[in-house]
This record gives sequence, C-alpha cells and structure tokens, in this order.
Amino acid sequence: MNPANTYGFRVNRAGPLALLQDAGRFGVRHLGVTQGGPADLHAWAWANQLAGNRWGSPVLEVTFGGLELQAECDLTVAVTGGDLSAKHDTLPLPMWRRTRIGKGERIIFGAPARGLRAYLAVAGGFSAEPVLGSVACVAREKLGGFDGQGHRLAEGDRLSVSVPDCAYSEAVEAPECEQPDYSGPAILDLLPGAQIADFTGRSLYDAFNCEWRVDDRADRMGVRLIGPALHCRIGSMISEGISLGAVQVPPDGQPIALLNDRQTIGGYPRLGNLTPLAASRLAQCLPGQSVRLRPTGAERALRKYRAFIDQFLA
Amino acid sequence: MTHTALPRLESAGIDSWMVRLFETIEENNLLWLSALTHDCEVAFGEALVDLVPSYTTLMVTFDPLRISSWEARKRLADVLANLVPDDAGGEGELHEIATWYDTSVGPDLERVARLSVMSVEGVIKTHSFQEYRVFALGFSPGFAFMGLLDESLTCPRLNTPRQKVPSGSVAIAGQQTAAYPAVTPGGWNLIGRTAARLFDRNREGFSLLKVGDRVRFVSVDRQTFESEGGDPAPVEPANEEKSP
Repeated sequence: MNPANTYGFRVNRAGPLALLQDAGRFGVRHLGVTQGGPADLHAWAWANQLAGNRWGSPVLEVTFGGLELQAECDLTVAVTGGDLSAKHDTLPLPMWRRTRIGKGERIIFGAPARGLRAYLAVAGGFSAEPVLGSVACVAREKLGGFDGQGHRLAEGDRLSVSVPDCAYSEAVEAPECEQPDYSGPAILDLLPGAQIADFTGRSLYDAFNCEWRVDDRADRMGVRLIGPALHCRIGSMISEGISLGAVQVPPDGQPIALLNDRQTIGGYPRLGNLTPLAASRLAQCLPGQSVRLRPTGAERALRKYRAFIDQFLA
Repeated sequence: MTHTALPRLESAGIDSWMVRLFETIEENNLLWLSALTHDCEVAFGEALVDLVPSYTTLMVTFDPLRISSWEARKRLADVLANLVPDDAGGEGELHEIATWYDTSVGPDLERVARLSVMSVEGVIKTHSFQEYRVFALGFSPGFAFMGLLDESLTCPRLNTPRQKVPSGSVAIAGQQTAAYPAVTPGGWNLIGRTAARLFDRNREGFSLLKVGDRVRFVSVDRQTFESEGGDPAPVEPANEEKSP
C-alpha cells in the first residue's frame, strides 16, 4: 500500500494532453484491453529514477506542452524527455535532473522546442487507484488516470502524491549520453518479422534505405510514416495479436508503427517490430521529422534492452 | 514465398512469439487454441505477460528480463510437441444474450434484409437461431468477434462508419457478429441492442465473453429489454447508397 497521500499539485492550465502513466496494463490483452504506459519508456524511466522512485511509479506524460501546475507543498520533481520549454516560475526548469519545487511555486510547460513528450515525476510518485491493475490512462478505453475513467488532466484538478517512504535511487542528474537530442535524425532499430519476405525486393530495399517522414496522423496508438509505397504479396490477413512496435503496412503501402495504445489485434502484414527503445525514440518525433529504419538482430536488441533496464533495477 | 509447415513460431519482437496453428477460420481451431493457451500459462508461469488468442494464432508475450527469446522459443516448441486438443474445456461457456431486435435500435435491419433478400423477421430468426463461437476479442475492451454467421445473412460493413455506436448494439458484418461493449465508432450493421453488460471493471474477469465461449442471441421485446436496464434511445439509419 502507498503511504498516506497528500495533494501535490493543482492544475492551473491543462494543456492539450497530459496523462498519468505507470508501466502499463498487463495480463488483460486477451480481453481487448490495450497496453497503455509511457510512449517514451526511456524518458519515463529516467524521470522516476531521478525522483528517487521505484520502477513503475506513476508519472505525468505531457504531450505538446501547455500544462501549468502549482505545488501545494514542497516537492522534489524530475522532468525528462522532450524539451517543452518548461519553466520553474519564471526561470527555465533544468531537465534530466532532480529539482526542488517550493509550496506555491509553478511548473509551466510551453511549446515543443525539441521532442514531443515530457515526463514529470514527483518523489513518492503520483497516486491514483489502479483500474485493471494499472493507473495507465487510456482515454479511448475510459480506463486509468487520476479518476479511473481515462480522463486527461483538466483545469482545477488536484493531483495526489504518495509520501516517499525512501529514496530508491541517489541519482541527481542523468548522464549526458542518456539525454537524447530528439531534433537529430532518428535511426530506429527494427527486428524483422514473419512477413518480411512477403515484401518485394524493391520494397525491402526502400524500407531500410529511404528516409521516412513522420506524418501528422500520429498519436499514442500509432505513427504513420510517409515515403515510397511498400508492396507486400499479402494484402490482408486474418486478425492476430499485435505486439508493441509492430510496423504494419496497409494496402496504401505507407507503414504505421504501433505504439502503447494500439488495438490488440489487427490484420495487416508487418515488416517487423521496432525495439522498445526505437518505439520510445519515434514517440518523440514531431510531424515532418525524418526517420530511418535499421534492421537489427534479436540477440543484440535484447542485450541493449536489458542493459537499459538494468540501470533502474540495481 | 513458401513458409514452413504449421504450426509455426514467428518472431513478434524481443518479448513476443506468434504461434501460428492454422491458415483458415474453423470452429475446431478453438479446441487447440484453448489447450495451447492453458499449456503456455503453465510453461511460462511468472515469466508470462500476456496471451492473445485470435482465430488461428496465439501471441505469447513474456518478460524479456526473466527469459530470453530463445528460452521462450524452446518452451513453446516443447508445448507444441505435446499439444493435444482440449475436448472438454475447449467447448467454452454458453451465454444467452437477450436482444431487442428493432429498427429503432437496429437501424440497419432493413438494409440487411434487402441485401439478404429476406424479411426483417427472417433476419431476426436467422440471427437468433444458431449458436456462435467467440474467435477473438479486440477493437475495444470486451468486444467479441463471433461467428460464423449463416451465409444467407452476410452483409458488408457500412461504407461510412458511424462516429458513435451506442453501447449494447448488436451488429453483423461479413460472416461475423458482435455486441458493442461501449460507445465507440463502428462500421458494422446494427440490428438490435442488448442490456447485457459486456465489459465491467468490477466483475471478476472483466469481460462477459472470452475466446472459445458460445453465444446465443435470444429475441426479447422492448419491455424486457428496458426492465433489464436497456436504453431504448433510437439510432439514425446509416446514410448508405441504395444501389450496390
């Protein structure tokens, strides 16, 4: 059980999309319930680490910016991920490090400068009642979030915070190499999937050698990539489970990388799966940004993932 | 491209394998999928994250921090080598879904009747006559894809999906039928409505229907529908072209 809760923040301005996210909702995919959880696992994990929280503590995912919070008591926070021009009252809020926020002081997110989603963790973790085992907020399914009904933050909301029992990490600042430059070119590792050989040779060449542009049809369900049309000998398939990062190719030949809020089953052939860290990186790309796909092997991908996670479970 | 014989294990990322058992949708698939699901639960234990059965496949998601992809593949190969169909448990639970078939809440009844060249009464009788199997859940929490529909009833999806399909709507498309657990967009033909709570976060197991379950739609009148808590608010007919 969480220790006694206190109110931590009041929402002065909600912005377009601020969602509570823990690691995600698991063990319920067979009921058609999506995964949820942070679109950028990398930045989310660092936010918790720097706030001294254990893995999986609920964090705010702030997309596009626009959110303004006022502290209702003295708090320790950490903001990671996309640079949304966050301020601590009138001064720039230092990112990727632990910061003290005094009672009455404000955190104000502006507009995206680099990247798309910022993660705000508070020492102790935000507190909400889990629904189907998770507080991950999925608006489409009306599940999770502070009210359990999948609502994004709204003006006037008061956000409850668990009192920290102990610090699970002493890290004060994330190492430089863990702070990505989201405005730079994104190279996304992709593990080839079962239908890869059903694409034409030309399409496979294009898939891994052309630049792909992130379309504005991009959200937590999936990100559409614009480029040369890819041709698959299979038009559509009997629907089957879809795992995180699956890159499906509908008949128009424009791939869609499926993220945390994807539907649980689908019937388009797939090039394969982005690795979890590649999916995280894609989630920080603004529409119009270009990305490349790079094939990777299962062993290498797993090694990278485990090395990443190990930093937080020590 | 030629694939190796079934069953087949296909990579689905660093934490998932797709177990492909069949190429076509058959009721008998469920006996095997039920057994496979159970055996995977046993074989993976704590390392199991999610199992998604669907028509011809089972997607197995495991915790890549606990077991490697290779270890998971080995366990699945062992499970498949010893798999026997679940003749007992594979029959699935039987549910009777009380449905008020009416053009007010099933505004596509007449379209379905026209395309199937039968009367509205005939559509209702045909739809409620047989038992269906749940082949997959997806689209939204608790949304069960059921089949297979009598061939005389098959009717394509609407060209333009509705923005809001009321919850409880009973619908058909192609050779499948379903009931919408919540208000969502939807392109299936609405033929009636049920008061049954298809997805309930406070119920053990959450979803009324699970893969492998059997379902029969039972025609009830408006009074019964409303007494069970059904909302009789009518839906606008779809704005579809009259000719092909």
